[in-house]
Amino acid sequence: MSNTMNANGRNNGFPGFFLTAGCSGFPEALKKSLIAAVWFVFLTFPIMVIRVNTIEDTVDWRWMNMVYVAVAVFFGSFVWRWLLARKELKKDETREENRVEALMTRIASDKRLKLIAVAVMACMVAAFPMVFNLYQTNIMISCLTYIMLGLGLNIVVGLAGLLDLGYVAFYAVGAYAYALLNMHWDIGFWAVLPLGAVLGAVTGIILGFPVLRLRGDYLAIVTLGFGEIIRLVLENWGDVTQGPSGISGIDRPTLFGVKLGVIDSTMYMYYIMAGLVVLTIFAVNRLQNSRIGRAWLALREDEIACQAMGIDKTKTKLMAFALGATWAGMAGVVFAAKTTFINPASFTFWESAIILSVVVIGGMGSIRGVIAGAIILILVPEYLRDFAEFRMLLFGSIMVLVMVFRPQGLISAKRKVYKYEPANTASAGNEQ
Amino acid sequence: MDYFLELFFGGLTRGSIYALIALGYTMVYGIIELINFAHGEIYMIGAFTGLIVAGVLTHLGFPEGSMLVIALTCAVIWSAAYGFTIEKIAYKPLRGAQRLSPLISAIGMSIFLQNYVMLAQTSDFLPFPELLPRFAFLDRFSGVLGSSELVIIAMTALVCVGLSLFIKYTKIGKAMRATAQNRKMAMLVGINVDMVISATFVIGSSLAAVGGVLIASHIGQINYFIGFIAGIKAFTAAVLGGIGSIPGAMLGGLILGWTEAFATGYVSSDYEDVFAFCLLVLILIFRPSGLMGKEKTQKV
Repeated sequence: MSNTMNANGRNNGFPGFFLTAGCSGFPEALKKSLIAAVWFVFLTFPIMVIRVNTIEDTVDWRWMNMVYVAVAVFFGSFVWRWLLARKELKKDETREENRVEALMTRIASDKRLKLIAVAVMACMVAAFPMVFNLYQTNIMISCLTYIMLGLGLNIVVGLAGLLDLGYVAFYAVGAYAYALLNMHWDIGFWAVLPLGAVLGAVTGIILGFPVLRLRGDYLAIVTLGFGEIIRLVLENWGDVTQGPSGISGIDRPTLFGVKLGVIDSTMYMYYIMAGLVVLTIFAVNRLQNSRIGRAWLALREDEIACQAMGIDKTKTKLMAFALGATWAGMAGVVFAAKTTFINPASFTFWESAIILSVVVIGGMGSIRGVIAGAIILILVPEYLRDFAEFRMLLFGSIMVLVMVFRPQGLISAKRKVYKYEPANTASAGNEQ
Repeated sequence: MDYFLELFFGGLTRGSIYALIALGYTMVYGIIELINFAHGEIYMIGAFTGLIVAGVLTHLGFPEGSMLVIALTCAVIWSAAYGFTIEKIAYKPLRGAQRLSPLISAIGMSIFLQNYVMLAQTSDFLPFPELLPRFAFLDRFSGVLGSSELVIIAMTALVCVGLSLFIKYTKIGKAMRATAQNRKMAMLVGINVDMVISATFVIGSSLAAVGGVLIASHIGQINYFIGFIAGIKAFTAAVLGGIGSIPGAMLGGLILGWTEAFATGYVSSDYEDVFAFCLLVLILIFRPSGLMGKEKTQKV
């Protein structure tokens, strides 16, 4: 099939390839699109066209919706087939990096370019709250929070290969730790931040311990269960957590004991968050190439072979859970300090699903990927607020489309390759 | 004693519905090892189709008796069509990709479908007409076993027996079992694996639609969000019984239903879901592959 597509693609140029992608000719493509349109009209008929009111016994027929569906599917199916065919074509050709990735490797390999790139990025990050208004800064803070959460979950899912669907539990632990300590004993942000990290890690070990024997999807559902249990306990244990109404009036962080106003403290919060993200990136980067990081990769690829190489499975897994949860605990403290109000509704399963999507859409195991994923998944819905109603609809479609057309994620993780070059002197194991 | 029996039958009803949805999860998982997160949404779409069809029929003045049959049939047809289409769009292009990709695709699909129904219909709770018949002879037991509960339990039992026979004796059922065992080998002996996967989605979705219409009629209201919690509970049931195992899904559903019913009845209704998940964690700690799941030997 790919051969015919190649031929079509080369002979007719873009419009021809676009119209006939995946088919033998234009008539067949037209037929396929028509069938798709008819099928979707049938599929969406009851939900899109009819609206009933069973109390007043009225039926509302919205025939225009049917036309919209038919037209959209007819033209959409051309795009769909074209994208699919393009994906196939790319698979056939040698797996070359695309232009963006090639540029990134070039920057990363050249020390001077790398320094310049980092400096430019640092300036942009530092200048952001000066240039943009409070609203934008707030969005950016939540984006940075998700980068941190994503990088933490990346340790568990991306590196160690343990599917955790209850990651939000550790986030909740951090947030409630700060809220409760602040409410009862008036303990400040900076004291709780490390405590939140420790509490996150401890919870990670406590939850991680019983599930060590489980594999794959059993692990996924049990972690999901733990996440829900923690949320339900927060919701129902009213004496301590104030139940669904949540805790309000949490102190914002102070700057050397000075309390700041709303605008200043948002900017301050932004810089704290940016600093924490830089710290996270640094730590995760170092972890990745450390002994434990390579043990995680080995564990992800093959548990039994990994044990045969003398890696302690229990310890490695628990380390992954604990270190992953550490970042979530810290992010939770920051979240509570930023919003000054938390309730259990912020820690539902959807939150875990979104953090997981950040990791997978960005590209599992790759730090740059997670950052890109967080920026797309958090900023896109924020800036789509003009389409408020269709926001989540688009969000869902983007998740599906990215996965269908780029299943490895936006920026895929690169393996470290060791090359032997005889021209070099004695130090043979040259990193590339 | 009456209270105990009431809880018993309540749990049985609830468990039957969990079992119906769990079957879809477990069948799909058995064949392509995918947690089909959008399955709960299929159940919700089934319930909505049932509501819409019933509304139109009432408006056109159909007799009450025929309504359940027509609404149920339409719900099954459309849910099956949705299941079929979702597989083609969101999962088929991802075959052979790394394991988490289809899962994210499924979560995206689930978000999409929820919002699609919310936008096309409404975000409010809609009253669902009473489609299930009332039996006069059950009036004596009122408070213990209602007619709708009896219908749900009987219907689920019927569907489960039918499904077991279907998988055991028909050609496509055999093909399904073969594909679940070893997909490559099944391809080699001439089984059309794509067709089998589609059939699995169609059957699973139909079962979810039956569950959706029945429970919506029993509870009396639906909204676009009902699929989420039902889906999670049903998935829990499937894992409880050992994911991939069909009798396991039925057993898991019933156990989950009873646990919830008795826990809310005798302990506290606030912690209903906590009990369900605690039970799951406990069972998995002692039997890591579920009650009826097979312990797979790992190979390098």
